[in-house]
Amino acid sequence: MAAQGAIASHNGLRKALPWLAPAYLWLTVAIFLPLSAMVFFSFMTDLPLSGKPWAFTLGNYAAFFSQSLYLTLLLASLRLGLEVTLWCIIIGYPAAYVLAKVLKGRSREAIFLLVILPFWSNGLVRIFSWAMVLREGGILDTALNAVLPFKINIDLMYSYPAVIIGLVHSYVPYMVLTCYLTLQAIDDSLIEAGRSLGASRLQVLKRVIIPLSMPGLVAGAALIFVPVVGSFMEPRILGGRTGTFYGTVIEDQFVAVFNWPLGAALSFILLAVVLVILAVASPVLKRAN
Amino acid sequence: MAGVQVSNVSRSFGAHKALDDVSIDFADGGFYALLGPSGSGKTTLLRQIAGFDFPDSGRISIGGESVERVPVEKRRIGMVFQNYALFPNMSVADNVAFGLSVRGEAKAVIATEVQRALDLVQLGKLGARRPHQLSGGQRQRVALARAIVTKPRVLLLDEPLGALDKALRVDMQIELKRIQREIGITTIFVTHDQEEALTMSDRIGILRDGRLVQEGPPEEIYDRPKSEFAATFLGDANIFRGDATGNGIRLPDGTAIAADVGDRLAAGAKASCAVRPERIRIAADPGVLDAANANELRGQVSKRIFAGNNSTYFVERAGQTLKVIVQNTGMDRLAEGQDVVLRWSPESTVLIAAG
Repeated sequence: MAAQGAIASHNGLRKALPWLAPAYLWLTVAIFLPLSAMVFFSFMTDLPLSGKPWAFTLGNYAAFFSQSLYLTLLLASLRLGLEVTLWCIIIGYPAAYVLAKVLKGRSREAIFLLVILPFWSNGLVRIFSWAMVLREGGILDTALNAVLPFKINIDLMYSYPAVIIGLVHSYVPYMVLTCYLTLQAIDDSLIEAGRSLGASRLQVLKRVIIPLSMPGLVAGAALIFVPVVGSFMEPRILGGRTGTFYGTVIEDQFVAVFNWPLGAALSFILLAVVLVILAVASPVLKRAN
Repeated sequence: MAGVQVSNVSRSFGAHKALDDVSIDFADGGFYALLGPSGSGKTTLLRQIAGFDFPDSGRISIGGESVERVPVEKRRIGMVFQNYALFPNMSVADNVAFGLSVRGEAKAVIATEVQRALDLVQLGKLGARRPHQLSGGQRQRVALARAIVTKPRVLLLDEPLGALDKALRVDMQIELKRIQREIGITTIFVTHDQEEALTMSDRIGILRDGRLVQEGPPEEIYDRPKSEFAATFLGDANIFRGDATGNGIRLPDGTAIAADVGDRLAAGAKASCAVRPERIRIAADPGVLDAANANELRGQVSKRIFAGNNSTYFVERAGQTLKVIVQNTGMDRLAEGQDVVLRWSPESTVLIAAG
């Protein structure tokens, strides 16, 4: 059986090659080559492009460990990733459940469209429109003061909550989509079977639906956590001075300080940390499955 | 254990009347089949009894307690679904334990009860398996064990054997019946398979377009159908239509058919007669047929289907195709195209009011 399977997959691979080749060629050219260049840069004292002399060094990696600032920022970014992922689950999972199990037909299509709408707008435009809403004298402030009998001062701009709001808004559709797909695959008769056995709706949710939708939750969490840890646009625009995170520091190295080698080294440290986290988490999540 | 009373239950979905004033009394400990074509309302009725859906009007009671507004999880019913609906994320034992566990039973009690239920369905050794590692028949048994382990008041089965192949179906029919007798639970069973309904149940209710057409023991419905639909849906029947004469009907061509079974109808009213194919005797030579069988028709064999232990003859007579089933006794066989005489007794003829 095993030998047969190997032969079959070998033949299958040969047949599949023409179809896989364009994608892998593109990935090689577009991702692997530039990334390799970055790995190379991360071990250099200076950029070769500037004409200055350069040498190989481990100093860029050493910098991460010699200055506690980088570790502090990395931990802050990991916390940000965790919080944004959590909020995306809290907001996205119920929405996915309603889409998959409650709504039918036209209303489902309409609500679904609203969920993926953010994907169709430019990310920068989205963030700046949040800035309009959140700042003092902005849309939220004006609207609340128009309704409420007393004067309140809403100025969320340049704060940690503003960063969270912007990031959750950008990434919640991923959670809705991945959870929707797994929830939709759960047969309604499983829910009915649970209830016929005396389980309340909450017990059915806890014991049947959430365990069965775990793959979607995990996929959504990974899709959100990884980019949020490295995010820099939302923290910079919505966070202002409080929005200094690991991602913004890396961005600074590339666009402000022009210390590409340090920026590259910090990026690969982040990549390594994220990979370790995913590797540690995956057996735990598999068991939960 | 408890009986179930359904009284004047109606349920509409938009303009569609899924159930129209249905009343049935399901006796305590009985095995009841709800039979009907798809869209007849049989599954809707089962879901009303289960509590997945509430009736627009009418009453449902289980063990004398009114439940028509009680949600399913509080009704203490057991249900087996057509696709088994086993929880794929749990082992067989955990599936069976689910109902006891959500109720908060002690671990030791659960383990004992689960083992007993699995033993009852003869799967005592497979508790650690996952549902996807089981065959269709085994999944069916697990679903049954899971439904009865909580000691429900009623067992509801929604086309439980529909997904099994023929040989396994027959095994499971016998098995299901054995288990039902052993625990003596009131069982209501939805099917579109008339044979299943006939062989398994104490009573059958036939539904059509949301209405209860006829209800009673299998023999009674088979031998004394009250409508053409009941006669043709449960088993095969030859239907003759004509005018009532007082002791039968007269066909449009003047032939009289005597009927001893069924309604007494005023002469002249539109009426039908139903005759089961196996009650008709057929021969080329009328001399060999019993003269006491007063009803006689002549026709021509148009087709013969040999099925081993019996043969079905299709006989053309005045534009109508009649069906006759003859046991294979090794005696004379009739050829297609042959002129034949059909005879049957008035006791085998059911008179049905037209409508």
